[in-house]
Amino acid sequence: MAAKRRKHYGVGQISAIFIKYFSLVFFSFVAVIPIVSCVITAFKTDAEYQSTNVMTLPENWLNFDNFISAFKMANMGRAFLNSTIVLVCVLIGSILIGTQLAYVLNRFNFLGNALIRNLFLFASLLPGVAMQISVYNIMQQLGFINHLYGYIIMMMGTDVISIYIFIQFMENISVSLDESAIIDGASYMQIYWKIMLPLLRPAIVTSMILKGVSTYNEYYSANLYLQRPELRTVAISLYSFTGPLGSRYNLICAGVIISLLPALFVFIICQKQIYNGITAGAVKG
Amino acid sequence: MITYTDHRKKSLRQRLRSRKGQQAIIIFAFMFIPLLLLFLFTYFPFAEMFKFSFYKMKYTGTRTYVGLDNYKEVFENKQIFSSLKLCLYYMAGSIVQLVIALYLATMLSFKTKGGNIFKGFMFFPFLINGIAIGFIFKFFYTRGFVFDTVLQWCGFNLENLPFWLRTQGLNNVSLVGTSVWRYFGQNMVLFIGAIMSVDAEMYEAAELDGANKFQQFMHIILPSIKTIVTLNIILSITGSLSAFEPPYVITNGGNGTATYFVVMNRIAHTNQKVGLASAMAIVLLMIIFTATILQKLFFKFAFRNANAEDEVVTSKKRRRNKVSKKQKEAV
Repeated sequence: MAAKRRKHYGVGQISAIFIKYFSLVFFSFVAVIPIVSCVITAFKTDAEYQSTNVMTLPENWLNFDNFISAFKMANMGRAFLNSTIVLVCVLIGSILIGTQLAYVLNRFNFLGNALIRNLFLFASLLPGVAMQISVYNIMQQLGFINHLYGYIIMMMGTDVISIYIFIQFMENISVSLDESAIIDGASYMQIYWKIMLPLLRPAIVTSMILKGVSTYNEYYSANLYLQRPELRTVAISLYSFTGPLGSRYNLICAGVIISLLPALFVFIICQKQIYNGITAGAVKG
Repeated sequence: MITYTDHRKKSLRQRLRSRKGQQAIIIFAFMFIPLLLLFLFTYFPFAEMFKFSFYKMKYTGTRTYVGLDNYKEVFENKQIFSSLKLCLYYMAGSIVQLVIALYLATMLSFKTKGGNIFKGFMFFPFLINGIAIGFIFKFFYTRGFVFDTVLQWCGFNLENLPFWLRTQGLNNVSLVGTSVWRYFGQNMVLFIGAIMSVDAEMYEAAELDGANKFQQFMHIILPSIKTIVTLNIILSITGSLSAFEPPYVITNGGNGTATYFVVMNRIAHTNQKVGLASAMAIVLLMIIFTATILQKLFFKFAFRNANAEDEVVTSKKRRRNKVSKKQKEAV
């Protein structure tokens, strides 16, 4: 069958297939080459880095010296600890807050329901960088600057996308479930905790991954509010490479690669959920 | 029997009514923290920012009321207002990005060998943090480094190549390139998701009717992802007005790459002219809102005719069905 078909391919079809794969390979190359060049450089010794072209492959692929010294220099052990603390707290907090809010907004009809939805939607239109001018002032007054908890509380807030993912998902959970639970004498808290949360699991995974990636990568507010070096998260620990190192890119690249690894790891494991999250997050508009 | 069900309904209703109080409690309990955070970190700062824009002030120390002076300065200061022009580069970039994403998404939505691997490669840049991107591209664009080497493979001569981050004007193109690099894969995944929601039978039917791939794209794929493309155009235009990351992490706004937000950030946190920075933020928000509303109106207007046509067709169909039904009944 396949052989028969192959015979019928015309010149036009063959060139169409060629163009298709050529463009896919080309854009994949474009996407990957900046990262690959970093990997190559990260394995080079100082002497090698200075004497060879950046795209020349390193002599020894097992030369992890740069990774070790980058890890030490940027105090990345501490940074990973900080990032983990921030991630765990922000994720638990924002999932609880988000599902609770979605539960109330989706299941109860009360005055101001629509207004609150719009308040959250409108908040997402305000560009974060501009808002930090006055948020900085508030953080200062609350004494939240240079404390991990201050940054965590701030990061838990405005998160419209996951709220919308939850609400969308809840619309497909039958209300009759709630009703029969009520007849059985369950309280609303029990309904939320024992029926909603378990059923929301796929949506929770999706929003956790999205929120997790954006929290792990967040650097602007982290840089503003976590100025003490020992509070740095992974994203801003890379800043220690700016001043004294100048252009020792073999070291810098090693640091960059270390900071990418968790994202790469999560991406390889949860590809599908990440793609789902991207599409789900867009539908809300 | 009837009384029994009536009785049951009543008791259920009573139970529900007795739950009104509980409902109020749970609504309050579940909304208190989210709303507190929303007001504390969004609406209250927003109001504060509006107030700040009328004062001459630093984060600490005395404040003096200056009326509309800050706004005047936003419009009169050449550095500030010319930085807005840079958004044209970013707008052009985002159009290029959308076209590339749409093209690749269409390619990948047909059966492709290794499709998932291509998709993964092109998507991954989206997951890299901003600071890392800054380092990667400082390295990438350095004279004689990655980009120059790749161009030399293609036959260019290093002596003829410009300095990617130093040449005025061109450096903005380089920066926009990094933003396209970062987001085209994400846009592509979005579009693939939208295309996949089209019924597969549509393609089969079209193929049977002898439609080629291009016709399939124009008549099946494009109409079905119209809304998401429109949404992305709107987002990309507002996004390019507030472009910030590439110049902030790569050039720090040097050599004429300072976009509006980079200038604003510097004024707020380095120069500590909080009032002026607030006025800048308010002005840009106004521009963004106006642009968003205008675009929404425009797209409503542009699609109005198409929708009207659809309605005419469906109503005609409905009428035809009615007529044929009547005819059948008559027979």
